[in-house]
Amino acid sequence: MQFTSFGFLAFAAALLLIYYLIPKKGQWMLLLGASCLFYLWAGTEYLVFILITVLTTYAATNIIGRRLQQQDAYIAKHKAELSREDRKTYKAKVKRGNRIWLIGCLVVNFSVLALCKGLLIQPFRAMAQDTGLDFLTLGLPLGISFYMFQSMGYVIDVYRGTVRPERNIFRLALFVSYFPQLIQGPISKFSLLAPQLCAPHSFDGKEVSFGLQRMLWGYFKKLVVADRIAVAVAALKGSEFTGFGFLLLSVFYAVQIYADFTGGIDITIGLSQALGIRLPENFIRPYFSKNIAEYWRRWHITLGEWMKDYIFYPISVSQPMLKLSKSARKRFGNFGKRLPVYVASVATWFVTGIWHGLTPNFILWGMLNCFFIVLSEECAPLYTKFHGKFHLKDKAWYGSFEILRMFMLMNLIRVVDLFPDVGEYWHRVGSLFTTWNISLLWDGSMMKLGLTGLDYAILGSALVLIFSVSLVQEKKGSLRALLQTKPDALRWALLFVLFVAVVLMGSYGIGYNASNFIYNQF
Amino acid sequence: MKKKKTFKLLAALCLCVAVLYLLQMLLMPKYMDESRDGALIAEYYDNTGNNDVIFIGDCEVYENISPITLWEDYGITSYIRGSPQQMIWQSYYLMEETFRYETPKVVVFNVLSMKYHTPASAGSSDQREAYNRMTLDGMRWSSSKWNSILASMTETEKQWQSIFTYLFPILRYHSRWSELKQDDFTYLFQKEQIGHNGYLMQTGIKPVTAPHMEKPLVDYTFGENSYYYLDKMVALCEEYGVELVLMKAPSLYPVWWDQWDAQMESYAQEHGLKYINFLELVDEIGIDWNTDTYDTGLHLNVYGAEKLASYFGKILSEECGIPDRRGEEAISTLWEEKTQAYYDQKQALESAEQQQGE
Repeated sequence: MQFTSFGFLAFAAALLLIYYLIPKKGQWMLLLGASCLFYLWAGTEYLVFILITVLTTYAATNIIGRRLQQQDAYIAKHKAELSREDRKTYKAKVKRGNRIWLIGCLVVNFSVLALCKGLLIQPFRAMAQDTGLDFLTLGLPLGISFYMFQSMGYVIDVYRGTVRPERNIFRLALFVSYFPQLIQGPISKFSLLAPQLCAPHSFDGKEVSFGLQRMLWGYFKKLVVADRIAVAVAALKGSEFTGFGFLLLSVFYAVQIYADFTGGIDITIGLSQALGIRLPENFIRPYFSKNIAEYWRRWHITLGEWMKDYIFYPISVSQPMLKLSKSARKRFGNFGKRLPVYVASVATWFVTGIWHGLTPNFILWGMLNCFFIVLSEECAPLYTKFHGKFHLKDKAWYGSFEILRMFMLMNLIRVVDLFPDVGEYWHRVGSLFTTWNISLLWDGSMMKLGLTGLDYAILGSALVLIFSVSLVQEKKGSLRALLQTKPDALRWALLFVLFVAVVLMGSYGIGYNASNFIYNQF
Repeated sequence: MKKKKTFKLLAALCLCVAVLYLLQMLLMPKYMDESRDGALIAEYYDNTGNNDVIFIGDCEVYENISPITLWEDYGITSYIRGSPQQMIWQSYYLMEETFRYETPKVVVFNVLSMKYHTPASAGSSDQREAYNRMTLDGMRWSSSKWNSILASMTETEKQWQSIFTYLFPILRYHSRWSELKQDDFTYLFQKEQIGHNGYLMQTGIKPVTAPHMEKPLVDYTFGENSYYYLDKMVALCEEYGVELVLMKAPSLYPVWWDQWDAQMESYAQEHGLKYINFLELVDEIGIDWNTDTYDTGLHLNVYGAEKLASYFGKILSEECGIPDRRGEEAISTLWEEKTQAYYDQKQALESAEQQQGE
């Protein structure tokens, strides 16, 4: 069931109604039922994958939890007899056992994920079909990358002792399968999400209204902008568009993926808010970033945090890295000190790349991001020196220049998503320096991309609106809170106009190929 | 305070619904200039209550029989509930809906649609969807409409959410705002009457020049689904005490195969129904394929439709006992107006044809 289908809207409306009508203690069970229904809608055959995650996560976390409990009880009981060293040895022994359970759970789950993603790639797919394993070539189970990472984060937290394991398997199943975030995240922490999912929620008119407003904004971005520009993005991928055409593709794709992904997240967060559940923000106006590090603090935040918590930091502080740091510092000085961080960065970005897909372009995408982050770190002293001399940061225009520079750089990196053939990507990048064809803006080429003049006008107006809203949010915070202070009539009139704009200008129904959310495929 | 707020909220909601409804009316095709047969189904609701005969079927009905001639020659009040390529299940649900408004003495069903047993068997999905809209959009909300939608949706529409676009057509026509024409504003609230009691007049003449040939079929048996709905029609008419008459209009193509005719003959015999294949009575009716068709035999023009009505009226009045109502003043006055409008349009169309010819 796609978020953009009428069926989903009817489903969400019915859920909201029943949710606030039934006794509060049954609300979480209703959510679980709705999540199961939502998942079954995508295909009964996919249920087995999510069940594997629920069962292995439940088993591993509860065994680890019980072992930690037994450890604490043993230490408390024998406090007087055990020396500090004994306690340390005992804890290390328990930890070793726990690690086996942790690794076992991670291996099982990530193998399933790798298998599912790997079988999307033709040689492996063909191999599976030839060997009679064609039942495995179903396609990517709905939201697998998201629920898998969320669940594995929880298992690691239990292993680290920062979270207590959930004893009720159904509550755990709800945490894993909570349907609004199943399609494209955000990837939530157990400690933040699980208590909210199972807590009773009373009807709060303001929260429900704010949630629905956010959903409407999400639909505007997805249906009016993302799905409209998608046609042009598909056309611009054609081999004839090199040079400026490629640059244009990178900009159009930036618009599409932003409107698509943030639109979907708005629907997710909005629906959750209407249900009384607060999900973490996944985007904070990323295109206003002035440098790459800031960009990654604003774009797909929850994935970035997951990678930081469970890949980057563990590698950075691991024993081999500490040893490497020590020896590298002796040889290379300050650079050597930073070397373990760079190694951890490479590993993190490699994993981030393959999280998006097991094809070379996604690995290249991860490595390019890593390269520019490291480059920017290494060049930091140079920048400081430069700005100390020229004082450009004091100029009013320089901030805008930094934003534009970052926007263009990220566009050129991001657009590699569209080129599974990495050679083709480099060819197009090269053409930026060899093909000067800016004339396609006025020679009629723009009208051959599947968009009419009216479509461009709608896109232009919608982008001006999105930009203005983002500007207000950047400077004054929540626009909905701001609107709340305005007269009711004005507020409702504005929302109604937005609703009508979605209904009339949305790319849905017959005559349009409703696109799946781009992040569905990850 | 709370009461006031609730009132304001309700008022705002009503206003929003009104605006959306208005937008829907604006965006829906009006069928006044092009594809005028799309307007016929909705016109029925202004003409209910006094019809002794209801014709149901596709273009072979609404272009081949003139209710005005039936009135003029026999005093028979009738209405045609027809739409382009109307499927048999749509005919059934239109019949069911009609019985909510009136109980005629006779229902005449044109059997050509027996050849389509599923939506997919009736052409491409896009074409089928367009025809579905012409039949279903004009129907008022009712359980009959709901069931007709469910039975009519094409393979590509067979997701239950597509039904929303039939119930709220703004979701289907939402992008038409960029194609709106003067007609959409002119006929926003009040449309012109396109049909004459469901009859769509054509005055052009395009004679039959060569026999129409079609490839023989592998299997001539009508589908189970077709019989299912025909059985339902029989049962429904029995329930309401209405006589069901089966007819095959005198259209030369699509070909009405002998094997199909035999099946209808035997079905009618089995169920005690009257079945008239007018293709076999062309000479008796007096149809001249040089003057009485506007598209080389696919449909009759008004001259052919009048001849067929004149012939059929005799059967209806003599064999089915349909009364002559010309003596009833109220009905007579109403039908005189209809007759006047009919001849006004006939004259206008003939003049236009003549001018075009010159």
